[in-house]
Amino acid sequence: MSAAELPTTAVDIAAAVNAGEVSAADVLEAHLAAVDATESEVHAFNEVLADEARAAAAVIDQRIAAGENVGPLAGVPIAVKDNMCTRGIATTCSSKILEGWKPPYDATAVEKIAAAGSVMIGKTNLDEFAMGSSTENSAFGATKNPLDTNLVPGGSSGGSAAAVAAGYAPLALGSDTGGSIRQPAALCGVVGLKPTYGAVSRYGLIAFASSLDQIGPFTKTVADTATLFDVIAGHDRRDSTSLPQAIEPTVPHLDDGVAGLRVGLITELMGVGEMAEGFEPEVLAQTRAAADALAAAGAEVGEVSVPSSIYGLSAYYLIAPAEASSNLARYDGVRYGHREHGAANTAGMMKASRTAGFGPEVKRRVMLGTYALSAGYHDAFYGKAQRVRTLIINDFDRAYQDYDVLLSPTSPCVAFPFGSKDDPLSMYLNDVATIPSNLAGHPAISVPFGTGRDDLPVGVQVLGPLLSEARLMAVSAVLEAANGEAAA
Amino acid sequence: MTDATEIEQPVSSTMLDAWRIESDVEREETSLSEGWEMVIGLEVHAELATETKMFSPARNHFGGEPNSNVHPVCLGLPGTLPVVNGKAVELSIRLGLALNCTVQRCVFARKNYFYPDMPKDYQISQYDRPLNISGWIDLPSGYRVRVERAHMEEDTGKSTHIGESGRIHDAGYSLVDYNRAGVPLLEIVSHPDVRGPEEAKAYVSELQQILIATAVSDGKFEEGSMRVDANISVRPAGSDELRTRCEVKNVNSLRSLGRAISYEAQRHVDLYESGERPMQETRHWDEEGGRTRAGRSKEQAEDYRYFADPDLVPVDPSPEWIEEIRASLPVLPRERRAGLISHGAAPEQAALVVEKGLDELVSGAIEVGADATKAINYAINNLSAEDQLDAAAFGALVKLETGGDLTSTQAKAVLAEMVSGSVDGTAKSPAEIAADMGFEAMDTSELEGIIDQLIADSPEQWERFVNGDDKDRGKMQGFFTGQIMKATKGQADGRIVNQILSSRR
Repeated sequence: MSAAELPTTAVDIAAAVNAGEVSAADVLEAHLAAVDATESEVHAFNEVLADEARAAAAVIDQRIAAGENVGPLAGVPIAVKDNMCTRGIATTCSSKILEGWKPPYDATAVEKIAAAGSVMIGKTNLDEFAMGSSTENSAFGATKNPLDTNLVPGGSSGGSAAAVAAGYAPLALGSDTGGSIRQPAALCGVVGLKPTYGAVSRYGLIAFASSLDQIGPFTKTVADTATLFDVIAGHDRRDSTSLPQAIEPTVPHLDDGVAGLRVGLITELMGVGEMAEGFEPEVLAQTRAAADALAAAGAEVGEVSVPSSIYGLSAYYLIAPAEASSNLARYDGVRYGHREHGAANTAGMMKASRTAGFGPEVKRRVMLGTYALSAGYHDAFYGKAQRVRTLIINDFDRAYQDYDVLLSPTSPCVAFPFGSKDDPLSMYLNDVATIPSNLAGHPAISVPFGTGRDDLPVGVQVLGPLLSEARLMAVSAVLEAANGEAAA
Repeated sequence: MTDATEIEQPVSSTMLDAWRIESDVEREETSLSEGWEMVIGLEVHAELATETKMFSPARNHFGGEPNSNVHPVCLGLPGTLPVVNGKAVELSIRLGLALNCTVQRCVFARKNYFYPDMPKDYQISQYDRPLNISGWIDLPSGYRVRVERAHMEEDTGKSTHIGESGRIHDAGYSLVDYNRAGVPLLEIVSHPDVRGPEEAKAYVSELQQILIATAVSDGKFEEGSMRVDANISVRPAGSDELRTRCEVKNVNSLRSLGRAISYEAQRHVDLYESGERPMQETRHWDEEGGRTRAGRSKEQAEDYRYFADPDLVPVDPSPEWIEEIRASLPVLPRERRAGLISHGAAPEQAALVVEKGLDELVSGAIEVGADATKAINYAINNLSAEDQLDAAAFGALVKLETGGDLTSTQAKAVLAEMVSGSVDGTAKSPAEIAADMGFEAMDTSELEGIIDQLIADSPEQWERFVNGDDKDRGKMQGFFTGQIMKATKGQADGRIVNQILSSRR
């Protein structure tokens, strides 16, 4: 079988590998060839793990030869965001402060994808410590959008989105704290899911903002996202915030359809009110087109106001930096990572190491968070932000009394040129539609739907209540089919 | 009685402190300048006796090679997450209930500050929602010290600064051992109800005994599993104001605690009397210099930026669990002492027996009819905390002696045999052991014969016994008793020997 005839989706690859029709080694070589062809331009990876991947693929082929069923991801190459711990493999968070650090353990999600038979092909680039929306904040250079290398891939999981979009791997893992999976998925034209908080273990995910971080899949198809989500979801005793209940598999619900489903467009994120001007008209038009497609498939579509959603951004930019200021304190040069020499004392060494090791955006957020938690300001900033969070949860709960899922654009705009959002605030505004799900802990998915300005892909966001991933997959599958028909 | 300050063993000084409080009516007098009184609040850190650490699977074990009892979680490696040790929560509730606290739904909070022996550069502690609140400890004196809170937290590692002064700011380099990092701690915070060094020592001693009795902690000062910080201020006697306090750290024994408080309180008085006032600060007790010293001066007050730890969920103990733990609580030292006192023990004796953990044995013996005073004396003088004895057998032994079947010397020998027998498992009754050892009540006429022969053989000594002064007579009585005991291999009853000797004068 030649490379051109190899299956391309994870579902098809795993089926073919498990059936002995193709070898994991051949699948891997085809993807490594794609990496060789364009990675020097795209820079999706901090490290390509060609040798490790070849060894893993060989083991899978041996197990297939021995008659084993290797698992739902048999022989599927997967790219892993470089903020997830991989035993013995450098895990940097795209920060100089962790350069060269090799964790002595695997993240739970990394263990699970390996157990399902996938082959880790590399560690992907990100905005330093996942702080950013363009991957421009990486200490190792920005990732380029494979659709147009003059444009950003989005962020912070820009490397993972680019890896899937460029065909380096059918699957990638990212993490989403305020939109870091969904926004780059939208900008790169792939599918990206932010699961329910606690559905996927955070053990081994290097924390940015603990109460918001969640690991999730990037794929080209909705079925692949469902498959990967089912592999990584589930309770983990090592993560106290991991949900204790069993997570319902989503794959069986891919063909559920949307007949009778109540779909609500979120008014505040549809170009109405305070946040209106940031939204590109083409993006709004495609989101309405997606709603129409769902209606055509039998859904009841309406509009619903979630008034507090627009305050999510402000609350997020207090809560996330506050948690980050504490989570990132441990990078002090004492135990691992970057250390500056020559300081007169320990405090001086810590200060010098952090000053040299962290980039400007990380420093900005650590300072913001430190300030927000300080005595005298705690209640006005952090305390108030937490109360806004409660309001948002209440607003969503109300909306879900009348609607099964909600709809909005994923990002207010399509992929933008490097350097075009130098002002941090305009970059932060990019997260306005994705942040509320993180604050509420709810799942949300970005599905490509049509194109906007300059024929660049638009992502439509489907939001649901806690643990509604199966429903999101059913809706996304309908959108995916409708998008395919429109393109055809 | 020996003065407490001459006792080096912490346990012994504990006992003596308890005595003094008992015998000194209600409240101690302090040596503070006249017209002033001390206001003291105590913060005690107790390491919990768990197998593993507070949030990590690493072993909770004192000592060991540096950095051998560690795990990625307690090293705070990137990506790791804490998981609450259920046993630590159970022990914490146990202590809370023993301190009469209300046990409530609680939240872990991060206390943020940079220090190299703290792997995450924040400590997981509890802030505005601690596990245990609003309890109290009744001191042996009867005085009640209110306990504000007893919350869970994790310990830090230990730094060794290699350099001229041994202090961090001018060390050539530092070594950090994370074996202790993440060890579960309970911080027990009292209200500022304590009024002097002896009362502070009594409070800490009582708390230590409760920790040990409930098996929550081994309470060892010397291994650092119990550490005390004292918040000290003074005020004009009779006033109810709260003046600026200093927190005194590095107090490693009860003796140091008393000295540190006395010193620091007097320092405050001296400042006020010379028209100055103390600054709120943390000070360190200098054991050798017998004084407190200011820590490194801080330009501004420490701001720990507490917030609820987002990696952990609140701990909400069910009422059923709390009641289950309450039902498993042992009888506490105070009640145990009261039990012995009701049997006629002096308070100081009761304190000693309870500290040795022998009160159950003594009570059991008294219940089977043994003489209380005798049983208590044996427990204090002839038994150790490690000895395992059957209370009924111990009672039987005491009765053999008081009934005249065994002499005091014989009874002690039998008791020693019972203790060693209980160790190797060959438990025989005291009567059987006495028979095996050939201890039979000696016939008085046989004893008279032996004594008469001895008098005949020792005319010079007899003369001094009969006609000497009190001192001489005492000496000679000792001589004759010793000779008789030797001749009878200890089987003679000392009281009867004395009677016969007197009758021959």
